[in-house]
Amino acid sequence: MALKFPIYMDNHATTPLDKRVLEAMLPYFTQDFGNAASRTHAYGWHAEAAVEDSRETIADYIGAESGKEIVFTSGATESDNLAIKGVAEYYKGKGNHIITTTIEHKAVLDSCKRLEKEGYTVTYVNAGADGLVNPADIEAAITDKTILVSVMLANNEVGTIQPIGEIGAITRKRGVLFHCDAVQGFGKTPFDVRSMNVDLASLTAHKIYGPKGVGALYVRRSKPRVRLVAQMDGGGHERGNRSGTLNVPGIVGFAKAVSIFKQDGVAEAERIRGLRDRLHNAINKELDSVFLNGHPEKRLPGNLNLSFSFVEGEGLMMAIKDVAVSSGSACTSASLEPSYVLRSMGLDEELAHSSIRFGLGRFNTEEEVDYVAELVIGKVKRLRELSPLYEMHQQGIDIKSIQWAAH
Amino acid sequence: MAYSEKLLEHYENPRNVGTLDKDDPSVGTGLVGAPACGDVMRLQIKVSPEGVIEDARFKTFGCGSAIASSSLATEWIKGKSIDEAASIKNSQIAEELSLPPVKIHCSVLAEDAIKSAIEDYKAKRAARLALDASPAEAPVAVTAASL
Repeated sequence: MALKFPIYMDNHATTPLDKRVLEAMLPYFTQDFGNAASRTHAYGWHAEAAVEDSRETIADYIGAESGKEIVFTSGATESDNLAIKGVAEYYKGKGNHIITTTIEHKAVLDSCKRLEKEGYTVTYVNAGADGLVNPADIEAAITDKTILVSVMLANNEVGTIQPIGEIGAITRKRGVLFHCDAVQGFGKTPFDVRSMNVDLASLTAHKIYGPKGVGALYVRRSKPRVRLVAQMDGGGHERGNRSGTLNVPGIVGFAKAVSIFKQDGVAEAERIRGLRDRLHNAINKELDSVFLNGHPEKRLPGNLNLSFSFVEGEGLMMAIKDVAVSSGSACTSASLEPSYVLRSMGLDEELAHSSIRFGLGRFNTEEEVDYVAELVIGKVKRLRELSPLYEMHQQGIDIKSIQWAAH
Repeated sequence: MAYSEKLLEHYENPRNVGTLDKDDPSVGTGLVGAPACGDVMRLQIKVSPEGVIEDARFKTFGCGSAIASSSLATEWIKGKSIDEAASIKNSQIAEELSLPPVKIHCSVLAEDAIKSAIEDYKAKRAARLALDASPAEAPVAVTAASL
């Protein structure tokens, strides 16, 4: 099969819609287009039935007690905002302290920053050099004022999978609510709110081959019953937790995407892991001074985050424009700061600038992997020929021993 | 980010990549930037006794704009007197390559690299002249550029 360019290997950013998902969604645009809140006619009833079925499918997949625990939202950012601000506001009589980590998504970190401005206190726990959060650090941060702990299931940059079950055991024991931003990991690594003692979980459809613009927040209804203050006022949809007309086609697509994972998820993870390892091995065989960022084993099957020493990430991405990836390099961000995730893991800034994230997914093939490996190897070699740092490295000069002028 | 054709052309086919002998008295070396900032440029010039830049070479660790800026800089300074080369402004480089605003610092770095190479050459020449005048007191200049 002829390769289609650019080859998409940025599946942490988003995934293409699976055609089976699209087919499931289509009738809900034109035929069953009803408002799920319309109680007076069949259009509304059909839409509502589709939404309730979808709720059950998603609830079942994450081990929730019932579909009533699923609040549909516009996506992960809204779910994170609703979980953190909604809990903080409801439980402010109980305490004003929140614990999270330095490697969370901005939707979590910036929600916490907003709360700090409103008088809450937030502890940001550091991840280790391998991207893993130590549950003992979470436990040590808990005070009698702590109302919420928020830790992601898997990191979006380095793919490290966090010990959610261990953290959940601690929060349950200490009587603190536990929110998990499960967006990157769910579908790709085991996630079960019951056994992991998760009280709130953010989910989104577009990372699992579903449509953009639809997500969910799991909110536990018993033991403990979690209460929220809605952040969106209006018609009182979603049991008053999130007003707004439901995105019925999106919700149907979300559930279809989940049901595909339910059926094929485990086998798919194995296949993608095989492709990821094939890419990694091919690169390692031909190039020296390549470092894996994140945990070597506890990582998402499709994630390969590598630092190519002596080569700058954006310069490399420009050279490998036949493949769509992303970089932790400053030059790819508006702020000109390299990835805060890599820096908070203690990575050298030079290596943070040299990082490339490959995100493999459902539609990648072995042929694509082989093409990308060869392309990357060739271009890294070429850019190293251009790099004064590589020349120094070859001459045995320690780059860290040089007094560089900051600019 | 959309780059100009000129920038892409310099990036794909960089001119004057390489290394000159830093111990050659007619060679000046400029090493600017820092790995932690994501760009390092090394620009070297070989200057004739008449003060004309006969050859220029560079190596750059950095993004496409940094590589293209240094490639263009070597192209422009070849054949110029060191005073002419020293008068090249970053804005001229930025304009020639149509650098987007967030990449202006790449052209600043290229200007710094040219100036730094010229200073190194001048410092070496001054040291040599001093050495010729009083062989006993040879000043030893240790800079990043001497590496």
